[in-house]
Amino acid sequence: MITKRIIPCLDVRDGRVVKGVNFEGVQDVADPVAMARFYNDAGADELVFYDITASHEGRALFTEVLKEVASQIFIPLTVGGGINSVEDFDRVLKCGADKVSVNSGAIRNPDLIREAAMLYGDQCVVLSMDVKRVGGEFRIFAKGGREDTGIEALSWAEKCVALGAGELVVNSIDTDGVKGGFDLEMLEAVAKRVDVPIIASGGAGKIEDFIHLFENPAIDAGLAASIFHFREVEIRQLKEELRRNGIEVRL
Amino acid sequence: MIAILDYGVGNLYSLSSSLKHLNIDTVITNREEDLVRADKIILPGVGAFEDAMKKLRESGMVEPLLGQAASGKPLLGICLGMQLLFTESHEYGVHKGLGLIDGVVASLSEDLKALGGEAAGLKVPHIGWNRLDIRPGHEEDPIFRGFRPGSHVYYVHSFYAKDCGESILATSDYGLPIPGIVRKENVMGMQFHPEKSGQVGLSLLSQFNQL
Repeated sequence: MITKRIIPCLDVRDGRVVKGVNFEGVQDVADPVAMARFYNDAGADELVFYDITASHEGRALFTEVLKEVASQIFIPLTVGGGINSVEDFDRVLKCGADKVSVNSGAIRNPDLIREAAMLYGDQCVVLSMDVKRVGGEFRIFAKGGREDTGIEALSWAEKCVALGAGELVVNSIDTDGVKGGFDLEMLEAVAKRVDVPIIASGGAGKIEDFIHLFENPAIDAGLAASIFHFREVEIRQLKEELRRNGIEVRL
Repeated sequence: MIAILDYGVGNLYSLSSSLKHLNIDTVITNREEDLVRADKIILPGVGAFEDAMKKLRESGMVEPLLGQAASGKPLLGICLGMQLLFTESHEYGVHKGLGLIDGVVASLSEDLKALGGEAAGLKVPHIGWNRLDIRPGHEEDPIFRGFRPGSHVYYVHSFYAKDCGESILATSDYGLPIPGIVRKENVMGMQFHPEKSGQVGLSLLSQFNQL
């Protein structure tokens, strides 16, 4: 059977890895290539790179960094941030990305998912959604979690999967950066509506949080950033602990 | 030297990078003389079977490829490239393959549904890390030199090879045994992506280079 996946996420700005807490107060952590190598050696199953650069120069720098990572690290790489067109898909896929994650680009133009899935296959298109509770429902937020789009999250997930998204990253703004555990309630609600792999994001603080996460068999992967970057949780130790708890992992 | 056949299907960056990383001399090519000159050939591929087979024909590389395979040169098909090695595929119609290995390519979701029970609930595409189990009796195959039993490899696919029993060297369990590595003499296929399977994948590529 396929294993549960542990995925460190690296936010990259101007060629450097950063991580915000609740998307604010961004702090520089390390060099992307060194970090990628570190995580590969530690047993990460996949790496996610988010390009949070706004400028054209920064974007070119990101592409260079990605190429460098992909020429040295031989595990699946997912790339997101600033993906607004199939040309953007093409740009990062040529640099060694295996999957491309869309967020705001899909909110502006949902058809981007369909176009990309037709060209590169469903397995290549990852929908990343930032979700927050508003007035008793789950809402999609844009602009790094600052703007309520008014879109209901569960039907959005369903719609995007129907358009061709092959995987979902569900990031709970409510639990992100708090380190009190993943948003199990939100994840379960999404998992009930779609049948593509779900990557949980937001809220991991300790090993037990991942054990609880995988108690729901519909969740395929756990994604985190700062707890891995600051080595509060070591990936190898995390995976050994998961295995001890009867959860199949790659070691 | 390994020739990676470039017939306009998929992205060869990771594959060529992984071979470079292993210090293997590599040429990405669509020319017959490179296939002749190479010690080994890799047939990559992602996407749909029919389209890939069509592009392979249009590239004029089918005959040279079959010729090199018949001459005994090691040939490795990866992912869709492996599926092309078989007799035929049932992916959206029936399409003829290269016929280098006996077997057919079939829909994983249809066969899982037919099994019913837990298998019917498995997600397709089969994406992720799955354990590669060597078929009993094939532990001594040179491709497995240095292979640690229980190791995982990375899969991304919706169709799989079946009725290819004789050629199976290793499988991964996904509701049914998915042929992970097949081999008929000098022609070999890997359904997973060795270039994305970490150290385990690099080791398999390195062993292929030493065949």
